[in-house]
Amino acid sequence: MSRTEILIGGVGGQGVVLSGILLGTAATLFEGKQAVQTQSYSSELRGGSARAEVIISEEPVSDPQVRRPDILIALAEEAIPRYVERIRSKGLLVIDSDLVKGAKPGDYEILSIPATSIADKEMGNIVVANLIILGALLKKTGLLSVESMEKAIEVSVPKKATAMNLKAFRRGLGLF
Amino acid sequence: MNGKRVQTGRYFMMGNVACAEGALAAGCEFSAGYPITPATEVANRLAERLPQVGGAFFQMEDEISAIAAVVGASWAGKKSMTVTSGPGISLMLENIGFAIGVETPCVIVNVQRGAPTTGMPTVGVQGDMVQAKRGSHGDYEIIALCPSSPQEMFDHTVIAFNYAERYRTPVFILSDAFVGHMREEVVIPEPEKIKTEYRKIPEPGTDPQKIKGFLDEDVAPMPIFGRGFKAHVTSSCHDEYGKRNLIDISALDNFIRKLSNKILKHKEEITLIERDYEGAEIVLVSYGAVARAAAMAAAQGRKEGIPVGTLRLITVWPFPGEEIEKMARGAKHVIVLENNLGQIYPYIKAEAAHDAEVSFLPPRLVGEIQDPEDILRKIREVSK
Repeated sequence: MSRTEILIGGVGGQGVVLSGILLGTAATLFEGKQAVQTQSYSSELRGGSARAEVIISEEPVSDPQVRRPDILIALAEEAIPRYVERIRSKGLLVIDSDLVKGAKPGDYEILSIPATSIADKEMGNIVVANLIILGALLKKTGLLSVESMEKAIEVSVPKKATAMNLKAFRRGLGLF
Repeated sequence: MNGKRVQTGRYFMMGNVACAEGALAAGCEFSAGYPITPATEVANRLAERLPQVGGAFFQMEDEISAIAAVVGASWAGKKSMTVTSGPGISLMLENIGFAIGVETPCVIVNVQRGAPTTGMPTVGVQGDMVQAKRGSHGDYEIIALCPSSPQEMFDHTVIAFNYAERYRTPVFILSDAFVGHMREEVVIPEPEKIKTEYRKIPEPGTDPQKIKGFLDEDVAPMPIFGRGFKAHVTSSCHDEYGKRNLIDISALDNFIRKLSNKILKHKEEITLIERDYEGAEIVLVSYGAVARAAAMAAAQGRKEGIPVGTLRLITVWPFPGEEIEKMARGAKHVIVLENNLGQIYPYIKAEAAHDAEVSFLPPRLVGEIQDPEDILRKIREVSK
């Protein structure tokens, strides 16, 4: 596929924008692809709505807006009513099943990951739930190589958090 | 980050950060501002980076003092900039007029957001396009660039500084929240590959009484402070020597015309346009991020055999009317696209309507750039 559109919806503090940055960094700097990442959030730093959009492409990206996402990652319940109608036919809906209960079957595949409870139990910190999701997404789709993503994590997150983020990402890779 | 002025390399970088790095690469030494979403990342980066290269960033008590500090720093010989969003520009307008009137080189970055009033801070809208040109009182010309990507946030900021210095005038970057917060590949070249300009100043030792430091259509040398030039810098109507004249209408006429003509005389070398409309009967005219959606729609239209092309305004001001007219002569339909309800549209229509049908396609939702499929539908409709 020459252009993949990804929309990540959640609330502030869940690492919505960081997830977008990681995908874009891996694609652009470590995989020789092109990527555009954009974002929108309400004024509350934590708890308000947050959205990140990423387009990954083999060619330069002309239209920079996600229109009909091939992949919707819902990290919070409110992302479902807001974005689910936009998923492209036969697309993929990835949910954190600990937080998203209202995802109904549709013309898309659902990848359901209990990311928050895994992060809480195994990493002792729910903030890395997004990395578990990204690991599962890569395993499922082969969108980017594991190596590119791990390099992106190393250059994008603070040094003291690298190990925990890598652990969460690898846990996601090994989920199925 | 190695603390060097030019951060040569390849990055996945946010537009606002690229703007700050562009300022440094262009030789910016001073910035003053007041934080505002969605422009804060530019100020943050400048506050971190300027001191590393011997410069300074001042957070002021408001936007009025921010632009005042920038004007002062420029008169002290420093390349200066400020960055804000629409609400901040509204506060700065009087001093922007002052900067124009006394011919002060500076760069003003407006990362536009949902408006009017405080509106919606993180949503990008091209809502202040005419404000840049007409916001301050009186007749004047301005230069404004409209970047469409993080790479252009870097490149255009360098160009803006060069134009500001070359023409001794404020230059706007009219970005928006969408482009400012966008991350994409940004390549920062080697320092020697980045062309930078500095204003003309009078010969050291020139008799201060003999310096014609103002109102030259070919740009007067700037008698900056601290070099012994003793210039009189007044916002009131003045002559070539900076001397006030509040009685002769001919002096006012000279004051207005020379300031405007300084830009208009050099319009051709200022104007930057991307043209891709050879043989096209339908031409999409746009600027900023909207131009990227237009390019995608045009490529799709051509695949369907429709002769459709694009014209993108990189400099929206001074308005390149001649370029629009020239394009319209070969076109049947001109479709104008903006992420607003039609701000530059009347200017484009005035130049193009003699030769072509001109229409405006607003975004479905203001704040979301036009969907290429909607543009394509419009293209098919007018091509019938």
